[in-house]
Order: sequence, then structure tokens, then C-alpha cells
Amino acid sequence: MYFDLNDEQQAIKSTAHDFLGARFKSERIREIAASESGFDEAGWTEMAELGWAGLALPEEWGGQGLGAVELAILFEEMGYALAPSPLLSNTIAGLALAAGGSDEQKERWLRPLAEGSLRGTPALIDADGPAEPMKFSMEPGDVLTGTKTLVLDAGSADFFLVATADGGRHLVEKGAEGVTVTAEESIDPTRRLFSVRFEGVRPEATLTGNGEDYHPVFHRACVALAAESTGLAQRALEMSVEYAKDRQQFGRPIGAYQAVSHRCAQMLLETENSRSAVYGAAWAADAEPESLPLAASTAKAYASDAGWRVPDAAIQVHGGIGFTWEHDLHFFLKRGRANAAMFGDAKWHREQVAEAVLAGETAPASA
Amino acid sequence: MDLTLSPSEGEFRDEVRSWLQENHPGPEPEAGLDEVMSFRRDWQLKLHEAGWAGISWPKEYGGRGATMIEQAIFAAEATRQEAPAPANVLGLAMGGPVVIAHGSDEQKARYLEPILTGEEIWCQGFSEPESGSDLASLKTRAVKDGDEWVVTGQKVWTTFAQYAKWCMLVARTDPDAPKHQGLTYFLMDMEQDAVQTRPLVQITGEGEFNEVFFEEARVPDANVVGGVGNGWAVAITTLMNERAGLAFGAISQIQNSLGRLSKLARETPSNGGTAAEDPYFRQRIAQLHIEVETMRLNAYRGLTKTMQSGIPGPEGSLGKWQWADINQDLTELALEIEGAYSMLARGSEHAVAGGAWQYGFLRSRANSIEGGTTDILKNIIAERVLGLPRLR
Repeated sequence: MYFDLNDEQQAIKSTAHDFLGARFKSERIREIAASESGFDEAGWTEMAELGWAGLALPEEWGGQGLGAVELAILFEEMGYALAPSPLLSNTIAGLALAAGGSDEQKERWLRPLAEGSLRGTPALIDADGPAEPMKFSMEPGDVLTGTKTLVLDAGSADFFLVATADGGRHLVEKGAEGVTVTAEESIDPTRRLFSVRFEGVRPEATLTGNGEDYHPVFHRACVALAAESTGLAQRALEMSVEYAKDRQQFGRPIGAYQAVSHRCAQMLLETENSRSAVYGAAWAADAEPESLPLAASTAKAYASDAGWRVPDAAIQVHGGIGFTWEHDLHFFLKRGRANAAMFGDAKWHREQVAEAVLAGETAPASA
Repeated sequence: MDLTLSPSEGEFRDEVRSWLQENHPGPEPEAGLDEVMSFRRDWQLKLHEAGWAGISWPKEYGGRGATMIEQAIFAAEATRQEAPAPANVLGLAMGGPVVIAHGSDEQKARYLEPILTGEEIWCQGFSEPESGSDLASLKTRAVKDGDEWVVTGQKVWTTFAQYAKWCMLVARTDPDAPKHQGLTYFLMDMEQDAVQTRPLVQITGEGEFNEVFFEEARVPDANVVGGVGNGWAVAITTLMNERAGLAFGAISQIQNSLGRLSKLARETPSNGGTAAEDPYFRQRIAQLHIEVETMRLNAYRGLTKTMQSGIPGPEGSLGKWQWADINQDLTELALEIEGAYSMLARGSEHAVAGGAWQYGFLRSRANSIEGGTTDILKNIIAERVLGLPRLR
């Protein structure tokens, strides 16, 4: 029993913290957010050099071979830094390829993805479908027709992993004939969303895996995203505490008033709970896979709420300045709010928890 | 990162589990508190004979020298099996650890064994009518008279005072010193006429706690623990012990309650089906499970940290706060599930589950007050974890 980061994990955390803090200063994030593509090529290259594109992908295929815990550590720091990057979508595409690809498919697509020279993104939600996790309406077949929406980072991706009604995944290159990519306007300027139209498109490959192979991928994605939301909350909390110590009203720092300090205590509670749920689920993914679905839903449900409520509370602590475009807090609120709705919202995940616990399944209990 | 038990911890859990299964005395008597206490005394003796009383105490003082994780395992397992509490819960959790940490050799020789056997029950004399959260403002006076102290004042919220032989009493010995410095920690013999106890009837209708009145009660100088004027530091040790020991039992207790809540939901009609099928209740029940799980995982993170550093940190306040919130939400939800029947209390023919949830709802109102109010815990977190300035 040792529920904390070990030395190697601590080293990953501080490397990520230092690198991301130096690379993504506020001005740079704003530049990327306001740019045409929203994609930071130089930042991507550096992340790839650090091995992050393949952090949790098998060493056999050029990855680092690390686990969900390390992934959670990295994404918590990505959230803390508010890093605009396709690392999340690329990681999920990599995990799906690792889970469902043949050796030949892995050689051709996974290896370059893990090295960072090709980027992939999953195309899951059907524009005419229910927008719920793991429910797809696009017909499988030799050619694909339909519109996928809410596709992350499609603008900077080289290929899509397109989900079909049978749970299969089909690899389509962005340049393939019949593919049209249209940008959507996300509430979160630090992560781009797109719709992708497939008009009789012939996939480059259909992965050999079946639908169930991708469930653990989905759950790992939930944990990584929940980790990112935890990082957003941590940063918003720290900004608030600093401000509350510094800002004077009525002759005192506002943090001396319990209306403010108790709000900050609440923010800490939610941030720490979120982190515990994320680490617990990440640990389950690596060490106790049978408890991953419940643990992942627990983490994603909690972090979905905390990831935007804590930045929201931070705006209140900051008062008027927190509501200005000039202050960075709104980016945290927006990223957190978009994360809350991505990969199943809190309500969806709570329903998964209800299903498990009302049927008598218990939480992963170690003691 | 590793959330599994080591082989030796796993063996310990199995040992605890099977011992409890074999020796569990069954449910507590439903009759009066006297019967309950006598039942708990028998149970404590059984625990002690098998080496399960005072497991956190060092072996040289009759304990088991259990690691923190073993203490957590024991508390979780005992609660999971709904084992009764030992009779002398305050002596085991607070009195003994204080004597071990601050007591003289003579005090250790005199007090520890009867705590473990349950022969002598202990109570805690800290809170006063005018000193609740601001404990250090307490006014009960102790005045030196030869080799004795004469104590006058009133304590309140004193659990088990009517059964106690010893009271962990904090009294003011130097009225001129700054408030935290003029206090002394005594072991007061409750068996004297100058000490009177009176049950304090709470909103549940029970008298779980007492008021204790000291009218020139006598305590020998030899019963000072940790030196005259050091009462605050000694008292803080007991409060830290209280918090560290409670968390894992509390989590198991909530998990038990959640199991009962799910059962209630499955058995209660709602919206044309059962409450367990009603999306609104499903969301609420799930959220409680999620909160309990975060509390459990936080407690393990805190335990890991404490095992590294040796001292429980102020983060423990988060767990106590969260426990109170969850317990209150849980009982509120039970009443909501019961709907109109939630009006019926214990003793009523049509009360659901014998009125247990009505009692739980009322009793849990105290959870955000007892052992540190949630409001004070937020102050502690703001000041000691976040480093925000103090208003006071």
C-alpha cells in the first residue's frame, strides 16, 4: 500500500510541469488560440522528442511502454498548463491502434504515431446519432458514408479512426477522396473541434479488433481527460489563493474573510477529491483492470464537475478582473466546461456508477 | 503507486476477518444504555484477551504495535462486519495514547492496563458551555491546594461520563497567562461527590452526552499529565489521535449505510417503478458512491503521506468535513426516497425500516458539529493547508 507517486513518476511530473510551464506562457496560449489552425507545430515537435506521443504505447511499437498512471500525471500537467495540443486525441488514437490493430497495421500507423511523425484522432460521434459514448450509427462496409462530429483536432490530424455501428474502427486518411473537414466553433479556444463528412470513402484499413477491444481505450481516455480537468482545477485554485492573499479590500487581504477563504477550502476539497479519483482509476487501469469501468466513471463524473466548478469559483474569488478577457481564468472555465461534456458527461457516468452499485457491485476495495 | 495490500497486510486482514467472524457477539441489545455498556464491556474484554484492544499502542504497553495501515484495516473490517464498539472507546483512542506520549512511568503503570481491559471507562472533559470551537477559552478553574488541585467549573458533551472512572480534564491553572498557556491536563477521578453528571437530551430524544459539574472536586498533583501549563499541547495530541483513528471505520460505516440505502431504493415504489429505477434517485445514489470513493482514496493518500512523515497533516480535516456532508446527504436522500412515509418515526407501525432513517437523519445533524465543526475545519484548511491569512 503506497498511494502516491514513486520517484520515477515524480520525475515525469516535474519534467512535464517545467517544460509545459516554460512553453505555454499566457501570451503563447493566446497566440495559438487565436491562430487559424489552433495548432502549435513547434510545441508538438518538442513533446514528441520528450516521448509523449507514445508515452503509454507499447515499446515494441516505438512507445515508452508506460501506464495509465503516468498518462494521468502527464495530462494533469497538461491541464495545469492549459496546453493547447492534440496530444489527447493522438494518445487515444494510439491506444485504439494498439488495442485493435494487426501487426501490419501497427507497423504502418502506430509506430509513426508513437514517434510523433503522424497524428491520428478518433472520429466517434455521429452527427445524426445520440452523442453518447460507445453508441455509433454509421454503417460499416467497404465504403463509409456519414458525418462524424465533435472530432478533436481534426485540422492537425493525418488520419481518423472512424467508429461504425458494429463497434469497428476504420482508418481513413484525411486526404482520402470523399473526406471533408469543417471547423466547428468550440466554447474552448484551446482545443479545436471539427465535423468530418465521409462521402463513400474507402478506408485505408479496418482494424481487426471488435467493439469490446475499445472499451478499455475509452476508459483510459476518460481517466486522462479527468486528469486534465484536475490540473485545470489545481491551477485555478492556486491562482485564487495567490489573489486572495494579495488583493486588499476594506483594509485586509480578501482571503482573511471567511466568505472567500471557505470558498477556497471548497475548491481544495473538490480538487483533491478529483485527483484521488483519477489516481485510483489510473491505478485500476494498470493493476486491476476488472475494476476500471467503475473507477473510470467515478473519476470522470467527479472531475467533470470539479473541472469547471473550481475555475468558476475562481472567477468569483477574483471578482471583476476574473470576468475580463485579459485574465486567463476564462480559458480554464471554458476548457473545463468542454471537458465536462466530452467522453460522457457527469450524468452519463453517474448512470454507469448507479448501474454497477445498484446491481450490487462494490467499489474496488483494498481493505 | 500501489493500492494493493502487501502479503503481510493481506494476512493481517484475513486474520482480523476470520477472528471477527468467529467471535462476533451478534447485535447489541436494544434495551437501555446500561445493557449496551455491559455488552460492550464483555466484548472489549474478549478483544483484549485476543490482543485486539489498543492495537495502535506499542507492544510494551500491552498493545499490538500495529502499523497505520493495519489500524486502517482493522477499523474497516470491524465496521464492515458491524462489530460492536468496545466499551472504553475514548480510553483506547485518546486516553491511552496521551498517557503513553506524555505520562510519567507511574502513570503508565497505573492507567494503561485497566483501559485495555475496559475495567475503567474514560471520558473527555474539554468542551464547556461557553467554549465550543474556541476551546482554549475554557474557564473551568483548577487551584493548587497542597499536593492537590481543586477544580470548579462545567463541562459539556461528555460522552459516557455516567460510566467513567477517569475524565481527561483540561482546566485553567493560570488565569493570567495567555489563553493557550494557562491550561493543564488532568486525570480526574469521577467517583467523588463533587463531580455530578446529568444527561444532555439531544434532538433525537436520547441522552448520549452529558453535562458534568465540578464543585471543588479534588485531583492529586500526581494526576497532571505533561506538566502544569502544557494542557493545550497535550489536548491537541488527543484530538489528532481521534481524527487519525476514525477515518477508516467511518468510511466502512458509510459503505454499510449505502448498501442499506440501495436496498431501500430497490424496495420503495417511485414513478411507476422502484426508486432504484428512478433516474433522479439513481443520480443521487451514484453521486454518494462517488463521494465515498473519493473520501476512501483521499484517506489512503493521507495515510501514505502520514506513514512517510510520521505526523497526521491538516489534510485530515478534509475527510472529517466530507464525512459529515456525505452522512447528512445520505440520510436526507433516504427520507426523500421514503416520501410521505418519511414522516413516521420509530415506534410507528408503518414506519419504514423501523424508523431507522428518521433517527439517522436527526443524529447526522451533529456530524458537522461534533469533533470540529465543518466551519472551523474550513478555517483550518484555509489557514494551514492553503496559507490564507487569519482574520482573528
